[in-house]
Formats: sequence, C-alpha cells, structure tokens
Amino acid sequence: MAEHAEATRLARGKWLVSGPPILYLLVFFALPTLIMAFASLRTPGEFGGLAPLRDEAGVLDINLDSYLRFFTEPVYFEVFVKSVAFATATTLLCLLLAYPLATLVAKSPQRSRSLLLLLVILPFWSNFLIRIYAWMIILGPNAAFARAVNGVLGWFGADPVQLLFSSFAVLVCLVYVHLPFMVLPLYANLEKHDPALLDAAQDLGANAWQRFWRITFPLSLPGVYAGAALVFIPALGIFAIPDLLGGPNDTLIGNLIKQQFLETRDWPFGSVLSIVLTVAALTLAALAAWFGKRATRTPALDHA
Amino acid sequence: MGFGRAMPLLDLRNVTRRFGDFTAVDGVSLAIEAGEFFTLLGPSGCGKTTLLRMIAGFDLPDSGQILLDGVDLADCPPESRPVRTVFQSYALFPHMSVAANIAFPLQMAGSPARDIPARVTEALEDVRLQGFGKRRPHELSGGQRQRVAIARALVTQPAVLLLDEPLAALDAKLREEMQIELINLQKQAGITFVYVTHDQTEALALSHRIAVMNRGKIEQMDEPSKVYRFPRSRFVADFIGQCNLFSGTVTNSGDGAVTLAVDGLGAVRVATTSAVVTGTPASIALRPEQIRIGAAADAGIGIATTENRFRGSVSDLLYMGDVTVYRVATEGGARVEALLANSQTGRAKFFEPGDAVEMDWPVAAGHFIAE
Repeated sequence: MAEHAEATRLARGKWLVSGPPILYLLVFFALPTLIMAFASLRTPGEFGGLAPLRDEAGVLDINLDSYLRFFTEPVYFEVFVKSVAFATATTLLCLLLAYPLATLVAKSPQRSRSLLLLLVILPFWSNFLIRIYAWMIILGPNAAFARAVNGVLGWFGADPVQLLFSSFAVLVCLVYVHLPFMVLPLYANLEKHDPALLDAAQDLGANAWQRFWRITFPLSLPGVYAGAALVFIPALGIFAIPDLLGGPNDTLIGNLIKQQFLETRDWPFGSVLSIVLTVAALTLAALAAWFGKRATRTPALDHA
Repeated sequence: MGFGRAMPLLDLRNVTRRFGDFTAVDGVSLAIEAGEFFTLLGPSGCGKTTLLRMIAGFDLPDSGQILLDGVDLADCPPESRPVRTVFQSYALFPHMSVAANIAFPLQMAGSPARDIPARVTEALEDVRLQGFGKRRPHELSGGQRQRVAIARALVTQPAVLLLDEPLAALDAKLREEMQIELINLQKQAGITFVYVTHDQTEALALSHRIAVMNRGKIEQMDEPSKVYRFPRSRFVADFIGQCNLFSGTVTNSGDGAVTLAVDGLGAVRVATTSAVVTGTPASIALRPEQIRIGAAADAGIGIATTENRFRGSVSDLLYMGDVTVYRVATEGGARVEALLANSQTGRAKFFEPGDAVEMDWPVAAGHFIAE
C-alpha cells in the first residue's frame, strides 16, 4: 500500500511540474490551431472575417473552396515553393558558416569558450527589427558595401545593381538572423566528441579530410539536423525580412498569410495557407528527427 | 630471446621530450626486436605514455631519433606509420558497426572493396568474435570492445602494435583472461607488441622484456624474471612486487659475498659478484617469499644457517587467501615483511600479532644494490 501511495505521489508531482507548460501549449497553440483548421473550412465574410456558420437557408456552410483555391491557382503554390527554396538556401548557408564556427568554439580552450559563445548570441541583445533596419543601412545604395560592389561591377563594364530590396538582401538577412540557431546545437554536439576517436582514425591511416568525413561529420549529424530544423522552420514562415528588405517579387508565404489576415481580410484562405505551412514544417521536422535517429546508425558494412 | 636479426625493428636513440620545464622523456635509448613483446613499465608520469605517443607519431621528440626498420620516422605523420595503437579507452567509432570499425583501416589503406568483408570476418575470428560484425560498440561488453579494438589495429598487419594500458578498464578476472589471450594473439600474429602499463604483475606475466621507467629514464631493461630477481636500483626493487629494502654500510667484502651493517637488524650477508669497497653505502633487496619464518621456540627451522637469522615479533599481518604477509618488527626496531604460502602444511600454525618469531634467509636469496 505504501508503495502504491508513493507511486501516486510521484505521478502527482510529475503532473504538477509538467502541467503548466502543457496547459499553456493547449491554450495558446493547440486551441488556436484547431480554430484555424475550422476557419479554413468556412466561407469568407462579405466585409472580411468569416461568413455566418449557417447561411440564410439555415444550411451549414462548410466547404473546401479555400483549399481548392490554393491547389488550383499556381501563383500560391509558386510562393510556397519560393519560401521552401529560401528556407533551404538559408539552412545550407547557415550550416556552411556555422560548422567552422562551432568547431572553432568547441576546440578552443575552456576559458575562452564561454566568451565565444557569448559573442554568438550577442545579436539577440538588440531588437530583431532594429537589426533588420541595420541591414537596410548596410545594404543601402549609398553605403560603402554597395558602392564597392558596383565599383567592381563598373570596372568590368556591368550595370550597377541594387542590393537593398532584393532576394539577395532577404537571403543575407535570413542567414544573419538564423546563424546562432545553427551554431548552438552544432557546438553542443561537437563539444562532446571524444578526441581519442580522431587520434584512433589518424592512427588507422585516415588523413585530415577522411577524419572529418568519416568520423566528425557523421557523429555531428544529430546536431546538424537539430540546427537545420531550428533554422528551416522559422525561416519558412518569416515575413518581416522580405517585407522590409525584399523587392516586389520576394513575397514569401509568411507575407501572404499576413496579407490575407490584415489586408485582404480573407480569413479562411489565410488559415489554409497557415495550415499548409504548419503541416509542411511538421513534416520536415519529423523527417529531420527520423534522419537524426538514422544518423546514429550508419550503413556501410553492416552485413559483414 | 633468439630474435636473430642484424637490425632491431624499432630503434629509439637518445629520445628526449620536454613540456616546459618538465622533462617527460629523458634521453631514452632502446632497441626492440621483431616479434618481441616489449613492455614499458612505470608509475604514472614516468614518461611511458609520452614515449608511446612518440612512436605512434602523435608527439615528436625534441631530440633523438625513432627508427623503424632503419628508417627515421621524424617526417612520417601518424597516418602513414606502419604502427597501430590500441587506446586505453578503445576509441571504437560509436557510429559504425563492429565490422565497419574493423574495415576502416582497410578502407583507408585502399584495399579492394571485395576483399574487405573476408578480411573483416577473419579478423573477427582471430579475436573469437565471430558473428559480432553487425553489433554496435555500445552493445558489447568491455572485454569484447577490447578485442574489437585489437582486431581493428591488427587487421592491416602493422609492423608494430602499441598498447596503452589496454586492460586498465577491465575487472580483475577478465584482465587475467585477456592477458592469456594477448599472449596467444601476439604469438599467433607474430607482430611486435609495445605495451605500456603501470601494473607490474601484468608486465611480468606478458612480456619478453620489460623496460622499467622512472622520471623519464629507463632504470632497468631486462627479462621479467631478471628484473624481478635482480633489480638494479632501489626504485625497481620497490616498484616490482613486494620487497624488503635494507640499506646500510658495507663492512666486509670478499668470497662472492658482502656483509652490510643494517640499522635495526645487524649484519646481513648477501651474495654478489661485483667488487664492493668496504665502507660504502649500499642496499639489499629481499623478496618476502625468500624469508623463512617460524616460531621462536622452533629450534632450527629448515636448513640450519648461522647467517641472516633474526628474531622479532609479528606486528601486523595481511591475510590474502593464498598467502599471508607478516610484518615483523625485529628486536633492533627494523621492519621486515615475510610471506607465507598458506598451503604449506608443515607450517600449519598461523602467527598472531605479538607472536615471537624467528626469520632467516640464505645468503643467495637477497640481491645486492650498489648506491
């Protein structure tokens, strides 16, 4: 009996600890998602918002019109593909930049590590929008960077280009904003690697490249996938950066959703876009998790 | 040992390595023959691991040379040396199966892909791990991991295998088993083993030759039985096994023996062939198992000797199952450790602390160490 009481007490303790966050997620994530899923099936109201649930004849007004619209009008799908392309490019560039940085931090002496990590997260101390405005100045036509680029282009006889309000500006800022989210999980992973493994690989005849490709990289895959998910998913839904730094063709799915809710006031279609985004993000996160798990077991020679 | 070769396989000439003010390896010269099981033995910090890392190529000597088959290895990076290391932590690649681990050095050496599975299977058989190829390192026991590490290191048939305290992480029972396995593997593979350990019993059991290291220098290099029986210095005598060390002044020399005046004990006579000058300080190393010990009342235990016979009383004893170690305080105040095998039926009586005992040992039992 005492054991039983103890078990009940433990279970109660568990709920006490994990209850508040679960409740928070239910109220502010699960419930709104459900409301949105429901809204996506409704008809838009004449002056925005949603039309009444029952029409004048008293028939339940639920349909798939908004979904049909997304899948039949190619322009929306194109925006979606473009968003995936931007998010993918951001993820790959972040990975390329973050890997050497995370390696550097992980291999530096314990004392300087915390300072280097602090530098990585330092940008978070200033406001997100302010950092984007900073890029407007850096990439602006009168800034040294744009003048240098156009000077070089002029040297080769090419026409000057506009850096600000372009896909280039969007991508640069996306990478800048998301880089720490790639560095931190990669660092956390690389820091745990046993240096004896690299000694062993070298002892067994592996050169520097082989040591990286056969040992370090595969062992870092869980970190790579975690970082990729942390970068890809927010990059997919972002709207502030293309709004402020993008050109007229740099509308991404995040902008489209914002437009539907705030300007066009077509809530059902905005909900459809949100749901497509959420499903895509969840699918990719699940894929990343699956790959991450697989990465800890490698193929090659398992049959011997 | 009869290693009939003109040139040693591994030749270390006056190798020195310093870290700041600390000299980790101090002018070490040694020659290891092909097929030899050679052990570097010493306490932690004696430089044995640094020496091993220099042979592997992970560290470079500040001065001196390391030659393999007559070729200086100075400009040869670790990945190009025909030398393999078994690391203390095994360092198996956790993301690869056992088979992939063993295939790794073959792939690095550019072996044809179709030959690899057969060689992996063979290597697994050599360490008695048939059928373990698909397992992950984390699914293996400590002893199995150890064997995989050895198979991985031996699969490319290196000239020399370096083993860095490979048994330190195993429990006593398994360690003994692995020792026998290592001896057999070495014999079977015919590969030169250079073995680093701080465990003297391991060194004695495994090696053809032992180099006892202390403070970056080799104190003595010899066969295990010689190192045990004839330690060249007090350090070696003390480090290898249990040992009574009597220091005193030489009072008499000649006829293949010397007499030392030892504090608290008196005149101790020991055989030696070296010429000793009277009046010089010296030591005698005497193994506890060489001492006969009996109750003081027993008249004339064993062979009657007039020399090296002392009375005392048991101050402590350590019962170890197969043997008991008696610590005897002599009338003069010296402490002598004597060991008695408990199987000896003739000495059925165990002494208790406080018992008066009589000890004696032959002149040939001790070993003379000049200072």
